[in-house]
Amino acid sequence: MSTPLPRPRRKNPILRTRLPTLPPGMRSRFALGLTAAAARGRLELQHCSDCGAVQYPAREACHRCLSDRLAWRPVADAGELIADTRIHVSQELFFRERVPWRMGLVRLDCGANVIAHVHRDCPAAPTRVRVLNALDRAGQAVLTALPEEGDATMADDPQLRELTCDPRDRRILVTDGKTAVGQAVIDRLVEAGAEIVWVGYSEPWKKFPGFDRLESIPQVTLMPLDVTDPVSVRELAREIGFKTDILVNTAEYHRAYGIAQRAGTEVARAEMDVNYFGLLRLAQEFGPVMRGRGADGQNSAVAWVNLLSIFALANYPPHGTFSASKAAAHSLAQCLRAEMQPAGVRVINVFPGPIDDEWNQLILPPKLAPAALAAAIVKALRESVEDVYPGDIAQDWFARWRDNPKALERELVANP
Amino acid sequence: MPPAAPARTLADLVAALADGRIRIIDLTQTLSPDTPPIVLPPEMGQSWPFRREEISRYDERGPGWYWNNISCGEHTGTHFDAPIHWISGSNLPNNTVETVPVEHLIAPASVIDCSKESAADADFLLTVAFILDWEARHGRIPARSWLLMRTDWSKRTDPVAYQNFDETGQHSPGPSAEAVRFLIDERDVVGFGGEAIGTDAGQAQHLRPPYPCHYYMHGSGRYGLQCLTNLDLLPPTGSVLICPPLKIQQGSGSPLRVLALVPAA
Amino acid sequence: MAVPVTIPYVRYSIRGAHWFAGRALKELVAGSGLDKARIDGLCFSSFTLGPDTAVGLTQHLGLSPRWLDHIPMGGASGIVALRRAARAVQAGDAAIVACIAADTNHPDTFRRTSANFSVFARDAVYPYGAGGANASFALLTAHYMRCYGARAEDFGRICVAQRANAASFPHALLRKPMTLEDYLGARPIAEPLRLFDCVMPCAGAEALLVMREALAEAQGLPHARILATIERHNAFADDPIQTRGGWAEDRDALYGQAGIGPGDIAFLETYDDYPVMTMMQIEDLGFCGKGEGPDFVRRHDLTAGGSFPLNTSGGQLSVGQAGAAGAYLGLTEAVRQLTGRPLGRAVRDAAFGMVSGFGMINYDRGLCSGAAILARARTA
Repeated sequence: MSTPLPRPRRKNPILRTRLPTLPPGMRSRFALGLTAAAARGRLELQHCSDCGAVQYPAREACHRCLSDRLAWRPVADAGELIADTRIHVSQELFFRERVPWRMGLVRLDCGANVIAHVHRDCPAAPTRVRVLNALDRAGQAVLTALPEEGDATMADDPQLRELTCDPRDRRILVTDGKTAVGQAVIDRLVEAGAEIVWVGYSEPWKKFPGFDRLESIPQVTLMPLDVTDPVSVRELAREIGFKTDILVNTAEYHRAYGIAQRAGTEVARAEMDVNYFGLLRLAQEFGPVMRGRGADGQNSAVAWVNLLSIFALANYPPHGTFSASKAAAHSLAQCLRAEMQPAGVRVINVFPGPIDDEWNQLILPPKLAPAALAAAIVKALRESVEDVYPGDIAQDWFARWRDNPKALERELVANP
Repeated sequence: MPPAAPARTLADLVAALADGRIRIIDLTQTLSPDTPPIVLPPEMGQSWPFRREEISRYDERGPGWYWNNISCGEHTGTHFDAPIHWISGSNLPNNTVETVPVEHLIAPASVIDCSKESAADADFLLTVAFILDWEARHGRIPARSWLLMRTDWSKRTDPVAYQNFDETGQHSPGPSAEAVRFLIDERDVVGFGGEAIGTDAGQAQHLRPPYPCHYYMHGSGRYGLQCLTNLDLLPPTGSVLICPPLKIQQGSGSPLRVLALVPAA
Repeated sequence: MAVPVTIPYVRYSIRGAHWFAGRALKELVAGSGLDKARIDGLCFSSFTLGPDTAVGLTQHLGLSPRWLDHIPMGGASGIVALRRAARAVQAGDAAIVACIAADTNHPDTFRRTSANFSVFARDAVYPYGAGGANASFALLTAHYMRCYGARAEDFGRICVAQRANAASFPHALLRKPMTLEDYLGARPIAEPLRLFDCVMPCAGAEALLVMREALAEAQGLPHARILATIERHNAFADDPIQTRGGWAEDRDALYGQAGIGPGDIAFLETYDDYPVMTMMQIEDLGFCGKGEGPDFVRRHDLTAGGSFPLNTSGGQLSVGQAGAAGAYLGLTEAVRQLTGRPLGRAVRDAAFGMVSGFGMINYDRGLCSGAAILARARTA
């Protein structure tokens, strides 16, 4: 049990804003299997497919039998901290600004020896720990030894906070509060301790259901925002951009048409204008100012969440143009990830299956409840997961897509 | 007294404009991203709101100049409706903005003040009786003139109030079906103009026929003007409207500048 | 082994490693009285010669050797170079081999070397605090202390003694006298390591010539003899954490080759990147049992005139670590002691000396180890 983080104090406006620095980000290609696992919140190590030996650090050939058939598989996270130290002098600016920094050597129960960051609540070595695989500010996987039993203050460990995007005490923009998903996200963020939630909404003349309830939440401030209007986006960015710690883009235009069911491109353009160009406009206006605040104290700019769709990975023909707009947004979100990387701002892409809303009316269950989607988003923020596939359908489609994308393509034609 | 020679008339007009004996009133709303768009049910095709995207502004995209790309629907903001806009006018000759006879684009206007009634009832309908009552005070509506319904609706600068939606749809004033038939059959107007987002009332889908102003006006080769403003600056009679729409190939309407020439008081 | 050369160390230099290599070669030539062209073998080590290797040096310095090697083994490079050169000379592949280690040091050199030290370090160590070797050896030291009851004072004894040895060594960069209080009170680097547990990176070079005994005698060159050498890499790979090095596996062979025992060794030059490694070398090279290092250190006077002369020129901890030249520091000091020409304090009656090498924390442990037993010349 360690001291919980106090609420951040008002920033002294005369002081220079500290610029973001990053932990070392170079990895061999074969080491990036750990990063792929961390992006989805899993601990995986290489296992030799021929003799079963676990390999760490990652490598090109099995250290026991020299086989090159090394597959990344989940391992149990339990182990023993054998030795630990607190670094006072570091070679890199990122750590120099954060010393003393605790790290150590853990022998995992599966047999691998891993160097890891060590949470302040871990007793001195030797002690049992569990190991977390998470993305650091450079976007690369790092391992952290955590105490076997965590408590409520665990998230406040300064070293762990460098891995996560905890909404607590942070100021968050949710770009569209009109939808059920938007409102569920707002509720979850408020519950998670957000300091302020700005809620964007467009077309103010259409008073949407839930407006009054949102207005009554003390942390919520409703702000006009139309992501199809560059002027609207710029004005909002000018007003709150420099205070936005987390941006959750829930703005979405969803119709259920393929190519042949609708003449003209007007619907598809509207989908692109919100789902793709809306993201682009937001990124152009909010990106630079968030990048500048990547290391700005306790509530720094820390994450950008994109509500995509599992349809972004493989086109769902009955919602064909919508799928294409989400695929475009996905590609752009990867571009955004690259541009935010130097500032250590995490771009989190969420790929839900069909949501239980009006636009997915004709899709058979299971469908994702907005509350479940919101919970997955908050979990991803807390755990520095970067690619989220919430719900049964998303998990199923993702597994099929990874296994054989061409097979999934055919399955979606046969059983839309 | 015989009419003056046309050249003289024009010269007099120019002189009168120059010295303010004839004033120009701008009846046009500014086109901006905030201009309320027409909103149809989600299954229908939607008209674009007005959007302006900078091409350059004295910067690396164009060092010495500023210009924009704009986009909007034909029916965004203060706009002109041509007969082809409605199914009832789809087969008439010269029914597009491209082919509208230009002689129709400068015409006198009568302004009927319904502002008090509209303030009291957002669903106010202009009736034949109301029109006859107005004519009793201001004289018969001339043929080939515009009939403008002043409601002061343009003073609702809050877009929520302007669109005035509730669960049953929009609520804004407009003409009754009978009033429209009267203006066409009995008075041969050139068109109908209003301040709200449609010439028809907000609840006109429930009239018989639905949207009678569009149906009958365009069905008889006449025109509509929407989102007008400053009608409260016009006299009941005696204004002349200048309202040429853009010459869009096969166009059903276009945003335009509506100017009124008005004798100084 | 003849003509021990040290190019004086400096903290930072605007010169490159090629300059230090060139100076070392010039001193070898001058010290040997031989023509440069007589040097027909070259063995080179450096961290900062890139993008060149020993190959580039041949043309850079005008050598045309018939035997060439580049040894990238960090602190084990000296011992390994000695082995390679000796085998070449024994086999007749070369007659006179120049063994040189040279490194420059710019303000950012240490960070760059640490950041790109090895694939495993880059992938799985450096991202965890970027503490470099200091952090890695902090872990080994903490573990060793816990397992064997070593205290900070025990490591301090080693550092204080070596500082005393450095007082008379002209090339030492750190000669200010140091007490145990100074050692314990120094600022922490990575717990439990403090400032004086860590070497000072610098620029410099060390070198010597390897040739047949008969040739050294014919040339009238003071020299030392190589009696025995060992090397081993990635030893005890299944140890969860490093508590011993490869010497533990091969020390019997080492003494066997030399035909002497630990009691015959007059001085020991360990690779002292960190005091804990010196303790492990003392144990693994047979001077005491595993885990008895702290007790051994407490019971002995480690100065050049004491009961167990250790790192008699001051070791890297007081002289400085000129990159790969740190691997040779013990070798050149050993030759000087065994030829009776020390630059600083002499070890009395030095008939046999031992030099140990260690290096390359590839991931979590030093992989390379080696040792040599050297003797006075027969004619000395």
